Amino acid sequence: MTPNITTMAEMAAKGEKPEILFWVGCAGSFDERAQRVSKAFAQILNDCGISFAILGSEESCTGDPAKRAGDEMTFQMQAMMNIQVLDAYEVKKIVTACPHCFNTLKNEYPDLGGNYEVIHHSTLLQQLINEGRIKLKDGGAFKGKKITFHDSCYLGRANGIYEAPRAVLEALDADLFEMKRAKKNGLCCGAGGAQMFKEAEAGDLEINHERMDDVMEIQPDVVAVACPFCMTMLRDGVKQKEQESTMEVLDLAELVVRQNG
Amino acid sequence: MSIIAFVLLSAAAIYFFAKRIVAVRRNIFLGRKETINNRSSERWAQMTRVALGQSKMVVRPVAGFFHILIYVGFVLINAEVLEIFIDGFTNQHRIFAPYLGAFYDVLISFFELLALGVIIACIVFLARRWGGLKRFKGIEMQGFPTRDAAIILIVEVILMKALFIMDAADMKLSNGEHFFLVSSWLSFWTEWFTPAQLETISHTAWWFHLVGIFAFLNYVPYSKHFHIFMAFPNTWYGSLDPAGKLNNMESVKSEVKMMMDPNANPYAAPASDAPLARLGAKDVADLSWKSLMDAYTCTECGRCTSVCPANQTGKKLSPRKIMMDTRDRLEEVGKNIDQHGMEFQDGKSLLGDYISVEEIRACTTCNACVEACPVLINPVDIIVDLRRYLTLEESNIPVEWGMMNTNIQNNGAPWKFPASDRGNWAQNNG
Repeated sequence: MTPNITTMAEMAAKGEKPEILFWVGCAGSFDERAQRVSKAFAQILNDCGISFAILGSEESCTGDPAKRAGDEMTFQMQAMMNIQVLDAYEVKKIVTACPHCFNTLKNEYPDLGGNYEVIHHSTLLQQLINEGRIKLKDGGAFKGKKITFHDSCYLGRANGIYEAPRAVLEALDADLFEMKRAKKNGLCCGAGGAQMFKEAEAGDLEINHERMDDVMEIQPDVVAVACPFCMTMLRDGVKQKEQESTMEVLDLAELVVRQNG
Repeated sequence: MSIIAFVLLSAAAIYFFAKRIVAVRRNIFLGRKETINNRSSERWAQMTRVALGQSKMVVRPVAGFFHILIYVGFVLINAEVLEIFIDGFTNQHRIFAPYLGAFYDVLISFFELLALGVIIACIVFLARRWGGLKRFKGIEMQGFPTRDAAIILIVEVILMKALFIMDAADMKLSNGEHFFLVSSWLSFWTEWFTPAQLETISHTAWWFHLVGIFAFLNYVPYSKHFHIFMAFPNTWYGSLDPAGKLNNMESVKSEVKMMMDPNANPYAAPASDAPLARLGAKDVADLSWKSLMDAYTCTECGRCTSVCPANQTGKKLSPRKIMMDTRDRLEEVGKNIDQHGMEFQDGKSLLGDYISVEEIRACTTCNACVEACPVLINPVDIIVDLRRYLTLEESNIPVEWGMMNTNIQNNGAPWKFPASDRGNWAQNNG
């Protein structure tokens, strides 16, 4: 099933404006695994009858990794260009499945003149479930399955969002188990601060492998994530522990789609 | 005679303490200017909650409980110190006793219970340190920092002991007029001395306690123990924003604005003759003054380092070391200014001589250290400012980060995919 996705430009050509902009992000656009999350999320928006659009080729990196690597110049250039595009389309509300895009758009753009209502997809999913617009099947694919949630630093500690993703998981009727390091004490996957884009500094082990020890204590069927970079890191961890046949790493949006699929 | 000695001693202690505070304040304001005074009612609430209310200390219940014992003891026993002071100025002893009657004994007994709590807590803390709790190890803790922590705890025990000795001696001398609870349990030794000897012991303990307090007062601003004062301003000025928010560099803003403005004249003279400020931070004076205040506030508890993902996986980064290095370097810069004047350069810098590139490269900006700190210190701000200097001034970045930045500039993504393909996923039937 391919969701029906239009771009802001296509909408503008018809003189329309969507209710919400889906900011896909670099990973959601180019990383094959994260593309599946983008599709799942677009599918949900379709199914709920939400009018949305993407920027497509007019979207560009928020500048988050450049900023955290110390390249403030590249960050601010990206921010100013993105703000011009967003303002040209008179965007008011943005949803994104990437906590890094979310943090940057929400917290760092206002000071540069970009003021939007920015929400993370976990919050939107929670709202849609609460409003009854997403109806999750009883006895769906995850009923009775063991799920653990890995907090993304940029969603959790960075922005205090701990409950929304858990509310989504609880609605699946699965058994939610917390890792020993969760919520405020959650352990990073190792990707933030632009680490995703370089080799780790010398040490005893990789951070995602350290995180996998927490996961292995739970032995879940599903490691739920809400961030494309955590997804990459934890999938690598699952591989390293040779658990591919026993556990899956899935984004919240994929879980929702699959529960009803 | 005794009054003169007391007044001279007090004046000297207060003078040297004040002098040190002025020097620390000057050092903090060597940092980059930044205005932090908005939302003041939230700031008062934050200070009340975090510093006064110890809300983040109790996240770790054992350390939190014993810390509160010492904290409450320290604050309330100061009421007794007030009496000691007035006694010193008036050459009296226990000047409050006649006014308060029986309640005086209740009050002193209450302070004694607090003092007992302080002693127990200090012993527990020493046991945790000497018992080899991992959090108190680490390369940055070798030498003075470990000694410093032990000195503070031992001095606190000795000061409290002096109070008990004084109280027990006075109780015996009062022939049943006074009863002090804890010293009554510990007063067996008073049988061994004559009243005249007890008089001397009480007097000596009084002076010992007083000199001890003054010595403590003047040791604290050079010690990790400075947090007992600094925690208050530091939590007042602590960030009220989401932890994920980094500041946007003002100096870069004007550059970008000019680059984006089609009418800007690139050859126009700079707005002022002021020398161009360094981008990012190489040395302490390039950091925000709040980061420098953070450094003086750090009590080296290591909660940050114990939750740092980089540190836990054997990388060189330790957020506590970042804070301690910043303070050590700032102290060095301050001494240079004292000895050679404001313009003196010693050819050293925070980055390179204290903090290595490898350390700051290991940070994932996950904010675990920021969350863990009981007094709202932010090591990430320092790390990012140092990274900015490396990137913007020295172009010293890993090859992969260089490619990432180039890709972002050229095709709007950290990977080398054409920008025009960005929306392709939405069309594919993959």
